[in-house]
Amino acid sequence: MSFSRFSDGGLIDRSQRIGFSFDGRRFEGFAGDTLASALLANGQVLMGRSFKYHRPRGLLSGGASEPNALVTLGAGGLREPNLRASMVTLREGLSAESQNRWPSLGFDLGAVNSALSPFIGAGFYYKTFMWPAALWERLYEPVIRRAAGLGRASHAPDPQDYEKRWAHCDLLVIGSGPAGLTAALSAARAGARVILCDENARFGGRLIRDQVEIGDLDGPGFAAEVADELAANANVRLLAGTTVFGSYDSGVFGALERRDGASSGPAQRIWRIVARRAVLASGAEERPLVFGGNDRPGIMMASTMRGLIHAEAVRPGNHVGVFTTGASGHETARDLLARGLEVTLVDSRRDIPDAERAASRSARVLEDHMVADALGGKAVSAMEVIDRASGRRERINIDALATSGGWNPVVGLACQRGDKPDWDTNRGMFVPPAASDGLMAAGSAAGILDLEGCLDSGARAGAEAAAALGFKPKKTSIPTVREACGGSTGFATLWHVSEARGKAFVDFQNDVTVSDLGLAVREGYGHVELAKRYTTTGMATDQGKLSNVNAIGILAENRGLSPDRVGTTTFRPFYTPVSIGALAGEHRGAHYRPVRRSPLHGWAEKHGAVFIEAGAWMRASHFPRDGESSWKPACDRECVAVRAGVGISDASTLGKIDVTGKDAAQFLDLIYTGKISSLSVGKARYGLMLREDGLLMDDGTVSRFAEDHFVITTTTAAAGEVMAHMEFCAQALWPELDVRLVSVTDQWAQITVAGPQSRAVLVRIVDEDLSEEAMPFLAARPVRLHSGLAARLFRISFSGELAFELAVPARHGEAVADAILEAGRPYGITPYGLEALNVLRIEKGFITHAEIDGRTTPGDLGLGKMVSAKKPDFIGRVMLAREGLQRDDREQLVGLRPVRPDQTVLAGAHLLKPDTAPTMANDQGHITSACWSPNLGSHIALAMLRRGRARHGERLIAHDPLRGFESEVEVCAPVFWPAEEAQTVNTEMLTVEHPAVRPAPPAPHDLLDGLFTGQTGQATLVMGSETLVALVTGPAAKDRAVRRVAKAGDGICRPVQPGQVLVVGRSGESAEALVTRLAMPRGLSLCDLSDARVRLMLAGPEAAEILAVFCALDLASGSFKPGASAPVLLGHIPAQLTCVGAQTYEIMVFSTYGQDLAESLSRALRLAG
Amino acid sequence: MASLINCPHCGVRPREEFTIRGDAGPVRPAPDADFGAWDAYVHLRDNVRGPMAEHWQHSGGCRRWLVVERDTFTHEVFAVVDAADYTRVPVAKPARARKAANPAGRRGGA
Ligand SMILES: [Zn+2]
Repeated sequence: MSFSRFSDGGLIDRSQRIGFSFDGRRFEGFAGDTLASALLANGQVLMGRSFKYHRPRGLLSGGASEPNALVTLGAGGLREPNLRASMVTLREGLSAESQNRWPSLGFDLGAVNSALSPFIGAGFYYKTFMWPAALWERLYEPVIRRAAGLGRASHAPDPQDYEKRWAHCDLLVIGSGPAGLTAALSAARAGARVILCDENARFGGRLIRDQVEIGDLDGPGFAAEVADELAANANVRLLAGTTVFGSYDSGVFGALERRDGASSGPAQRIWRIVARRAVLASGAEERPLVFGGNDRPGIMMASTMRGLIHAEAVRPGNHVGVFTTGASGHETARDLLARGLEVTLVDSRRDIPDAERAASRSARVLEDHMVADALGGKAVSAMEVIDRASGRRERINIDALATSGGWNPVVGLACQRGDKPDWDTNRGMFVPPAASDGLMAAGSAAGILDLEGCLDSGARAGAEAAAALGFKPKKTSIPTVREACGGSTGFATLWHVSEARGKAFVDFQNDVTVSDLGLAVREGYGHVELAKRYTTTGMATDQGKLSNVNAIGILAENRGLSPDRVGTTTFRPFYTPVSIGALAGEHRGAHYRPVRRSPLHGWAEKHGAVFIEAGAWMRASHFPRDGESSWKPACDRECVAVRAGVGISDASTLGKIDVTGKDAAQFLDLIYTGKISSLSVGKARYGLMLREDGLLMDDGTVSRFAEDHFVITTTTAAAGEVMAHMEFCAQALWPELDVRLVSVTDQWAQITVAGPQSRAVLVRIVDEDLSEEAMPFLAARPVRLHSGLAARLFRISFSGELAFELAVPARHGEAVADAILEAGRPYGITPYGLEALNVLRIEKGFITHAEIDGRTTPGDLGLGKMVSAKKPDFIGRVMLAREGLQRDDREQLVGLRPVRPDQTVLAGAHLLKPDTAPTMANDQGHITSACWSPNLGSHIALAMLRRGRARHGERLIAHDPLRGFESEVEVCAPVFWPAEEAQTVNTEMLTVEHPAVRPAPPAPHDLLDGLFTGQTGQATLVMGSETLVALVTGPAAKDRAVRRVAKAGDGICRPVQPGQVLVVGRSGESAEALVTRLAMPRGLSLCDLSDARVRLMLAGPEAAEILAVFCALDLASGSFKPGASAPVLLGHIPAQLTCVGAQTYEIMVFSTYGQDLAESLSRALRLAG
Repeated sequence: MASLINCPHCGVRPREEFTIRGDAGPVRPAPDADFGAWDAYVHLRDNVRGPMAEHWQHSGGCRRWLVVERDTFTHEVFAVVDAADYTRVPVAKPARARKAANPAGRRGGA
């Protein structure tokens, strides 16, 4: 008789029937079943096929280590392969499929591999498929992949939500068996913050699955009592269904919470747990016995069978064999006998302790015997028993076979950071290394196998951890314990049965046998790390949880060593497989990484822009009109419009850094190659920055607004790098200088108006004299618009045309840009995007990071005169003077025109002299930028050419074998659009032909528009009220004064760094009023960031939990009280987090990231609901 | 997954908030120092196995440059100070002096 269900008993709820399917067949189980127990109860013992030989397999160990009963759940995007049937909680409608069988589980053609096994033993990959290499991709690999494998992943996108969250505790307890429960209890009673994780759905570990008594309670009763007490303690977080998979530096642990069947929230959640101490109570795995046919379905670990009887009332047939080397087999025999089954117990030992004999006394006991072979097809039907003394064999028919070769403590997490387990010769097992880094093993994870010992060691470990953290634990009294065999737990070591005739499996998941390991030793791969790779032992998804110790024992035997001399392989995260979706969390799709949106994003969108990703930004690429099917005609039209009339584009993404302090000028002299200190107030200058090795880092403009106030711009691409570089120079190299750097990129919407008509357009907007005399080239100064709005105007050009950049506070950007469009309508003003911007700059030979490629010097780019010869010091000065950077045979910037103007040239092509072979030696340089110039009617390019400046007029070949282009080009100066900026002033244009245009007041912009903003009683998200936000800056040494001043704003001090503190004004207060009220002492200054930050307010009982999705701050510890404030990374977005009241947090985020963060917060609120 | 760094300004923060620049040992030479000194400053670095002082920026927090003294082999962090303070007190530069010391070598490289 096969497996079935007892009519009574167990922890299942027989009143709740659950329908499910397996390989399309309908079954029924009960609430409380796992998929594995429900299948067994239905007589379905065959659950999978093995990896290589396609042998029929059934449940072996249950739990996380299960190597055989692997299934695929779900379909489409929800398809999840390689799940252990023993870890899947049964739920209504669940649909599972077996794996690695074709055409069906019962009839698998791949089983023919078993007959071929002499040819596909260990190392067969290396031996068989060596030659010819070409066959690998086409033949060997696809065939092997199909024949040998596990489940297949879905190719459809996964529609489920995943989340990552931080948690903090004094003590993390890993595992909730007897030791874990008492550890958590004693620490929690002492007042420590405790997190208890268990990978199973229910707390209790072996207490749920073994027949024991603790005081007047049974195992499940005791577990429930402790769990209830813990659940009632506000300092304890209980995480069921949560596997701690990794132990990392600084006491950080990774855990995966599976939330199968949860009606709301994420499908899975990764916990990053910061624990001051940890107790490893991960238990022990029962060690399989290695004999012939030990993989047949119906053979399982003795403890697994006990658990199935007690928890799920699974009946393993009528006559059950037990093969054991220790007490566990006798305990299982006791439980089988108690249920009225017939038992034949085979014990390898001669001297069985009396307590064990007593437990199994009604069974037929064969001492000093072993099972040599198990027989049967899709289920075990008999065992062949051998008398160790006489060698006589006896065949005994059985329905199931329970085996126990002793125990292996689960030491993985104690060894993931490099420590090795110790071999305990007396007990015959690897035990965890001595406690280190605050992690201590307890219970059977520490090799303590009796229940009383487990309860006691857990309580001690919990108390010890709590005491070490300053708590005062009381002694936790352990009630009287009664368990099978009177607490006898010993076992004899038996690595394998050498009399076996059939295949004896060591690694079930990868089909590695005893003879494979022997072969590895004979062929010189006996070292444990080599044997692992040669035989693939321990390399499957179970990572050898059951097989590794047996493999080590067998290698040791073969090599005549003790197991500790063989040693273990390296333990690494992950303890069990973790899906990519869980690791990605929310960072996928549109939130793969944070997106910055320019303040003019909405404006560009409104005017039909097509956006492209440019670094973190979404930038307008072009503004297509009707009939323009691609970027090209739009770009051509935009380029012509700028040169012929006037265009408008968005320059807000350029990095903008506010530089103040009394030594600001001196500092900038050290940063730039040119002399900045001589720049007059109201003027701008083009500047180059070098790296210390003399090569170009970035270029941009420097504008001076006061003696000690500059604003510099960087390229969009290098903005972050330049800011970090300048901060390094200010803080680490020259901390004695009073210089304060503030990123104001988010504060300003910067609008470029370029083209011969730009002045005529802007006079309608800006209430200033814009004449050549009043606003000459490189003028930079504060202005007022006709509407009264304060702005900054720069006469700078990246197109070579007469051009202005108008900077207005970000919230006004859209209205001002619209006003400029309105003012420019009579002049045919045209919005232009990144593509046109690129063409215009190539036409003028202006450089970008295509030319500043980390290999070029100012001299290479024809900018040598921008390097000061007089300044005694600046970054890169000494190294730039190196001979190799000054030689005249370096590659220099030139222009190229194809000889036939319609011939395409592409960036990346290399340059060759005509009729030379394309070799490295003949390489003359390469093209850095190229485009079609609609203004010139020709393709044009910029290139770095060896001795280029002396070669104007020479003809070369642009060689592009990758894309199949080759074109003849002529070298020229790197300036194609010769027209100089119109210097003659058209006075007529300056008379206001058209009336002033006044931008409308900005419409309030609600980032939360259309987003879910939470639920009262949990947490809600609202926009902060509009107030002035500014940064008070001062020398770091005056930090206390800075803090005092900033706190006067709204009573809360929001420190960013020493000498930089955010201040928030009262509602409706102007900047001027605030400055007056703050009464700033000399040497301190204020940088308005009202438009550079947005404030979101998150409030409610769940607010701190939701923030734990985004940041690692321990908000619940009581250290982040109302009034606390800190700069943090929220997800990947920098922000200032402030606790403004009980359960109320202010999130002040860079405004260009505002939309992205609002969406992410909204998502977290939805998942928390 | 994570390791934690104790920023002197912000407290304990995960490594993801920091950006690592490298060896904090070399001191920028005087502008008129000989070329050899500059060459060493810009180009020469020891491949330290063991205690080392490095420049890290708390880029996801206060944005201060810090000097993190840690063991490159075990990842144990000994001290974290503001780079400005480190520059001012040259005595606190242990990396070069200590680098020869053999670390406990308890943990293997992962
Ligand atoms: Zn910091």
